[in-house]
Amino acid sequence: MKFGIIVFPGSNCDHDAYHVISKQVGQPVDFIWHRDTNLNSYDAVIIPGGFSYGDYLRAGALARFSPVMESVKKFAASGRFVLGICNGFQILCEAGLLPGALIRNRDLHFICEHVFVRVESSDTPFTNELQPKTVLRLPIAHAEGNYVCDDATLAELQRSDRIIFRYCDSQGNITPEANPNGARDNIAGICNSARNVLGLMPHPERACEDLLGSIDGRDIFRSLAATLAAVA
Amino acid sequence: MKAKVYVSLKPGVLDPQGKAIQHSVELLGFSGIEDVRQGKYFEISLENDADRDDARESVARMAREVLSNPIIEDYRVEIEG
Repeated sequence: MKFGIIVFPGSNCDHDAYHVISKQVGQPVDFIWHRDTNLNSYDAVIIPGGFSYGDYLRAGALARFSPVMESVKKFAASGRFVLGICNGFQILCEAGLLPGALIRNRDLHFICEHVFVRVESSDTPFTNELQPKTVLRLPIAHAEGNYVCDDATLAELQRSDRIIFRYCDSQGNITPEANPNGARDNIAGICNSARNVLGLMPHPERACEDLLGSIDGRDIFRSLAATLAAVA
Repeated sequence: MKAKVYVSLKPGVLDPQGKAIQHSVELLGFSGIEDVRQGKYFEISLENDADRDDARESVARMAREVLSNPIIEDYRVEIEG
């Protein structure tokens, strides 16, 4: 089992993800520079948070043209696992690997705080160690996390159980007040139809140690590691 | 030859920046404003001997594939010169 963390110019959560995989999950992990295109030795790649290409044009818009992204598309099409966190989620949407788009937060602010999200589905390689309706406390740190999609896409996401995380209150209630950024249907994370590509705005990699105020992110990485161990 | 590309949010997509700008403009005393939508504007200089129709077609492709995100934005291309 081997993880890769893709590094774009401007990625800044790459070391956090590396730390979690190497120290908390205890698995081999490499950084992959965005100009590299060979992903053959990896079983899962993480597209980390940050400000790839300075968020020029639109968040994630330019990263999708990096050489590595064609390889990521093939990697995903081959059924291997791709996790996009924050800017990584934005990049996956811009690249067309996930539907919809992430636009400016409803209230315009950059929001940096812990929020609650509810696990909506255990039926992904990233959440199979979690019970549905589990409430996780995870940090968010973004200005463009307001998920938008058209009505048909939303209906399809709902029908096919592809909304994986939704913003909620501490009791797990999905309310407008618990929605930090205006995201449609309180969506915090979704997966693709094959369920091997997941994007989410919250930062589970920043919530894996008591010192950081929450360990709720660990089960996401543990789920992925357990999935990889089972298929190996 | 110059290409101008205007990118705007699709109708119905929330534009919180436009709302904030509208609010500020109204504070300045301007009235009668129904809505403000913020967009992006690109000027692309092209070689002068480029074929006009080819230029329009390639800039439209640029607008579609890079400058705009068709999920949330529309674009318009003008060729000058």
